[in-house]
Amino acid sequence: MLDDFFIRALVAGIGVAIVTGPLGCFVIWRRLSYFGDTLSHSALLGVTLAYSMEFNIAFSVFIISSLIALTLIQLQKRTNLPGDALLGLLAHSSLAVGLVVIGFLSFIRFDIMGLLFGDILAVTVDDLLIIWIGGVLILLVLKLIWKPLFASTVNYELAEAEGLNPDRAKAIFTILMAAIIAISIKMVGLLLITGMLIIPAAMARNISSSPQKMVMYSIIGGLLSVILGLFSSLEFNTASGPSIIAASLFLFILSLLNIKQSIKLKN
Amino acid sequence: MSSNQNILVKLNEAGFSLNNKWLVRGVSLQVEKGKIVTLIGPNGSGKSTTAKIALGIYKKIDGSVEKYTNKVGYVPQKITIDWTLPLRVNDFMVLTESLNKETIDEALSLTGVIHLKDKNLGDLSGGEFQRVLLARAISKKPELLVLDEPVQGVDFTGEIALYELIKKISDELNCGILLISHDLHTVMSATDHVVCLNGHVCCSGSPIDVAKNNEYKALFGEQASQILSRYEHRHDHVHTSEGEIKKN
Repeated sequence: MLDDFFIRALVAGIGVAIVTGPLGCFVIWRRLSYFGDTLSHSALLGVTLAYSMEFNIAFSVFIISSLIALTLIQLQKRTNLPGDALLGLLAHSSLAVGLVVIGFLSFIRFDIMGLLFGDILAVTVDDLLIIWIGGVLILLVLKLIWKPLFASTVNYELAEAEGLNPDRAKAIFTILMAAIIAISIKMVGLLLITGMLIIPAAMARNISSSPQKMVMYSIIGGLLSVILGLFSSLEFNTASGPSIIAASLFLFILSLLNIKQSIKLKN
Repeated sequence: MSSNQNILVKLNEAGFSLNNKWLVRGVSLQVEKGKIVTLIGPNGSGKSTTAKIALGIYKKIDGSVEKYTNKVGYVPQKITIDWTLPLRVNDFMVLTESLNKETIDEALSLTGVIHLKDKNLGDLSGGEFQRVLLARAISKKPELLVLDEPVQGVDFTGEIALYELIKKISDELNCGILLISHDLHTVMSATDHVVCLNGHVCCSGSPIDVAKNNEYKALFGEQASQILSRYEHRHDHVHTSEGEIKKN
């Protein structure tokens, strides 16, 4: 069954959506969407290094993104530059370095469009293993740090005062962000990963009244986006990443209609 | 007095500075099981800072803090909650500890806000939210409660009831309470130890001792109506803008 490229893409996409659902909620709650962009831009460097050293792409991206995240934390401590400037600096410089390295790798044939926007044809059985094993690990770790991470998202001082160690939870969450980017890069492409994180979660915010519901709707929204997006990608021969994100945008717009209705009901 | 085993948190000459300015320093105090310690002092005297030192929120401090419990309930003076989170009162109650339904309901009933359980936190009034904050702090049955002006914005009758509740909780749970309050009547009648702060400890002791203190008399006498905001005590020192203390 996994011989069929489309089934492989579907299984991969479903795995990615289940993980991006809850992580995306935290990205919205903690206002990390630009941070997600920075990590995914730096992923290009990870990909090029993987090609040049014949190393696994997901591992290479994970390591580079984690390093960029650690660099960011250090820069925040040591400079007086505002956070968004540091994020921009890291995002664009790592993207630029990645592109320069590609220039040197002229002997390797690169599918740059596939890298930037995702390519369902490129999903192998190995990728499926990485997505599902990595995804399960990410969710397990997230479950372990859920309480301190969520409490400190609501209020840092309460979490700290009541002994939950929010700084450790934050550091672990940063690593999880690098990991989700590493496992979803083939499906969605590095330019659109943040979209996969925030759009289903944003849709879920519109229609949910509690954090648990928001996580649940965010997962469902992600799954629907992947299924809708991949079928239309197959149908219209479009890149998988943009198709999935466009589908999630469609769901987001539907959720806005829902808000209007519920306001009418209240009145 | 009591043995060391009863100490929940102890500050030794503790101080905290921000941007080269001392917010508070040289504070020594201890909170014991079943006792209520109250911090009083004018605005900007370092009461909240002292509470945050005791809680371990501020880490780069002068002096030292010894904390002997991890079961802490905290009602901060100011709390900003981001409304990008869909958060109901019920979700907020289990923020730092998982509690069963009965415990949540009991705490919310005690502070008189059980009817708000399924409401969104953002839809509460200031006083209602304050009652929820207090309910959350007591629901986990902490050993140490730190209450930073816990009844701000609560209506007059509610204020008295909540202070009675705090006293009752201290007796029933045998927990230690570090209280910051502007209500001198409560401070004097219900607490075991009073610490008067003004960037450092001005005077401290039992309410009776503090009431005998000249500095305190000046405050409690003719200026009782304007209680602490116009608190001028007879200083043997002056405070400079850098937070330095100079002897006269």
